[in-house]
Amino acid sequence: MQLIFCALFNDQSFDKSTRVTRKILTNPKHVNYQSNSLRSPAKEKLIMFGLAGGDPRLSFKRTIAYGDLAIVYEKHEIMRPIIVTPNAELHNRFGVFMHNDWVGKPFGSRVLSVKGVQGYVYILAATPEIWTLCLQHRTQILYLADISLVIMYLEIVPGCLVLESGTGTGSLTTSIARSVAPNGHVHTFDFHEQRAQSARADFDKNGISNLVTVGVRDIQGEGFPDEFQAKVDSIFLDLPQPWCVVPSAAKMLKQDGVMCSFSPCIEQVQCTCEALASQFTEIRTFEILLRHYEILRDTGATSEMESGNSRKRKHDPSSVNDSIATTTTVFARPCRFAKGHTGYLTFARLKFKSS
Amino acid sequence: MEEGNTTNAHEDSQRVTWEGCSVLLDVNDGDRFVFARLTTAATLSVGSYQIPLGPLIGRPFGSLFQMRTGPDGPFLIEDQSKASSDSQHTNGADTKENGMDWKNNQSKDNRALNDTNTAQNLQHSDIVEMKREGVSGDQIIEALISNSSTFAEKTVFSQEKYKIKKQKKFAPKVLLRRPWARSICEAYLKKKPVKIGYLRFDTLSLMLASANVSGYSDVLVVDQTGGMVTGAVAERLGSTGNVCCTYLGLKSYPIDIVKIFNFSPDLCSRILQSPLPVLSSVRVEDTQILQNPVNSIPSEIATTNSLLNSTPSQVSMTNSPLNPTPSQISMTNSPLNPRPSQIPITCADIVKIDVSSRQSIPSPKDHLEETSDCTDMNLKCTDKAFERRKVSCNPGQNATQARVNLWKERGFTSLIIAAPNLDLDSLVEDLLPLLTYSAPFVIYHQFLQPLAVCMKKLMTSKIAIALRISEPFIREYQVLPGRTHPFMEMNGFGGYILSGIRVQEIPES
Ligand SMILES: C[S@@+](CC[C@H](N)C(=O)[O-])C[C@H]1O[C@@H](n2cnc3c(N)ncnc32)[C@H](O)[C@@H]1O
Repeated sequence: MQLIFCALFNDQSFDKSTRVTRKILTNPKHVNYQSNSLRSPAKEKLIMFGLAGGDPRLSFKRTIAYGDLAIVYEKHEIMRPIIVTPNAELHNRFGVFMHNDWVGKPFGSRVLSVKGVQGYVYILAATPEIWTLCLQHRTQILYLADISLVIMYLEIVPGCLVLESGTGTGSLTTSIARSVAPNGHVHTFDFHEQRAQSARADFDKNGISNLVTVGVRDIQGEGFPDEFQAKVDSIFLDLPQPWCVVPSAAKMLKQDGVMCSFSPCIEQVQCTCEALASQFTEIRTFEILLRHYEILRDTGATSEMESGNSRKRKHDPSSVNDSIATTTTVFARPCRFAKGHTGYLTFARLKFKSS
Repeated sequence: MEEGNTTNAHEDSQRVTWEGCSVLLDVNDGDRFVFARLTTAATLSVGSYQIPLGPLIGRPFGSLFQMRTGPDGPFLIEDQSKASSDSQHTNGADTKENGMDWKNNQSKDNRALNDTNTAQNLQHSDIVEMKREGVSGDQIIEALISNSSTFAEKTVFSQEKYKIKKQKKFAPKVLLRRPWARSICEAYLKKKPVKIGYLRFDTLSLMLASANVSGYSDVLVVDQTGGMVTGAVAERLGSTGNVCCTYLGLKSYPIDIVKIFNFSPDLCSRILQSPLPVLSSVRVEDTQILQNPVNSIPSEIATTNSLLNSTPSQVSMTNSPLNPTPSQISMTNSPLNPRPSQIPITCADIVKIDVSSRQSIPSPKDHLEETSDCTDMNLKCTDKAFERRKVSCNPGQNATQARVNLWKERGFTSLIIAAPNLDLDSLVEDLLPLLTYSAPFVIYHQFLQPLAVCMKKLMTSKIAIALRISEPFIREYQVLPGRTHPFMEMNGFGGYILSGIRVQEIPES
């Protein structure tokens, strides 16, 4: 597990933490651990939102243990997934941290650096939302706004059986898995062997592999497997030519089931809607975007420029003066950088077939 | 396949209506939404008609019905003519034809049409007579068309429009829908947005995702959206986890929208309420809890809510500044209610189609009547089946002390605040410590300022990280060959949300 994950870090664009991870890879102690840690896949562990087994309610408060997927929160929007490993070190701009120090503390704890800069980071439990922000992109992915609308509109609740294609990086799949848990399932298909493999590894790491099955299949060419016929609650498509899959989707859905197709181009939407018309009803197309706001504090620093977790900074006169801060006005404005488009979401409900 | 078991018989039976079940009726392709409780006595009023809803019982969700008039008055029968069953953008055959024509065939346009009100030769009395004779709606429409002197001159598009308009009036269609968080939210937004705090369904979906709501969650909510948020959270819990509605003052906030969801009695029993002073009372008993085996098993029935009674001073203390006075409410309401000229933009359809004048601003007192009003009179009927169900499904019970202790020990796994009338800063200060570390939270508000102030405060206190204020933008599209564009009217504002993650405080040093 750890091996795969470090390898992922390895292809990441280079920044400080990447270099650190490489260092860990070459650390003899670490290599040692890896060889004997391969025995324990993440399966029986409760990693993401504690769904994989045991008493998940307790797991949320569960403390950090070796082998866990933890999210290192450095500062605003800078979060990194990491597998907690014995004797491993984490180097970043806030100092040098020992994984050993984290073990036994609850997720959400603040941990201090042991060397270098006197700083701190937070060790968080992963959620699908955090995962979407810090996963390793292998394809274009869906983000929070689209994901949340899809989950709600597709009426995905615990116990649902959901089909998806293509899997891509598994950003959406992870959220679907969370929503069908504990007794539902999502079958996701991608025709790209390698991507399917990497997605499986990610699901395993996140402790959701018992909720997700990744299949390798050309969905546009062959449609979904017949075994799901009339059994499926909802279907999601993120494919170049989703209209090819509409007849198969209609076959798989339960009566009154809903499907959704995500396409970046309006021409794709046009074709999809035409294909949907004969067997589906309530066909609706949406575009959803998020606008983020930054707030201006009295020092002139905005929340986006929020400085990191240096312990020294507490005494830094240039940072916010608390007594003044509570009395001055807070200004808010939209962030300058925003996504202008992700894709169109087309939803449709299977027409009622009177039997 | 293993997965075959994931949806059990109960789930499947939910796809067919039963007597006493709550349904969403989509009248005339989304012109109007009515929540109704299906009983043999229930009726739906459309225009001047009172249509009995009995025929809808035991029918699959998704079925489409059309009104016919007979000698015994109007009745609903299942619609067989699939071709005409869809609104403009779903009717494949027609749109395709139009689509192929759109570039060159504009031979007919409206230059010759004069609006003189003399185009229709059929008199009102003729129509009344036809109705009395039990002539079907479709036939009346045919008669209207053949008596219209201008119909033939209209473009295909406006001919279609004319037909739809007449169909809606004389042969209304009723689509049977399962009430889900999305459809309930959308219907309320159209019909009675004040009640749900103008919450848009995309905003609601963002809140649920950002709060990581799923099975096994223990979600703390402050719900002043009439139960919209609570119901949506409960829907995501499935057969595990709890939602706890907390409140300030002596009276919990109404959550009657929860009853529109067809929740099982088990799920209803996990929708709990607890006053804030009880939840945040000193944690002296924490040490006891850890040793006391009783608390590891939530033996709720036996335990009494002792703390509730033991802290009257706390209750009344918190009560006074935060229980909004009537003047505060109207204050908050006025800016939310845009200038009259703007209202039709947000809820145009309802204003036009909904005959009644149900647009009054609710005061906390009339919340209950308001619901029965809003969810249509059908909810009021005292059918036995309904009553039985109501008894077995009673959301919003007080959380037992054992449950409260459990929450104190473990912390809530997420927090959702949708409380336009409360002071955010003090609320957040009280509620965040009730969360376990690493738990996400979201706060919904109609105004940016309180969230900005709250965010700044949290940044300073360092009890929360990953703070972000966001505003969703959603736009719906008309997709037709050659005529694809965003809808002309949209809901331009869905509120703001502040999201973040609760973390370990920095110790004083
Ligand atoms: C944009 S990605 C999906 C991203 C995903 N929704 C996410 O959030 O991570 C599209 C995926 O579809 C896959 N794909 C393309 N054509 C396919 C086909 N005919 N059958 C199965 N998968 C296909 C591609 O390999 C690619 O991984």
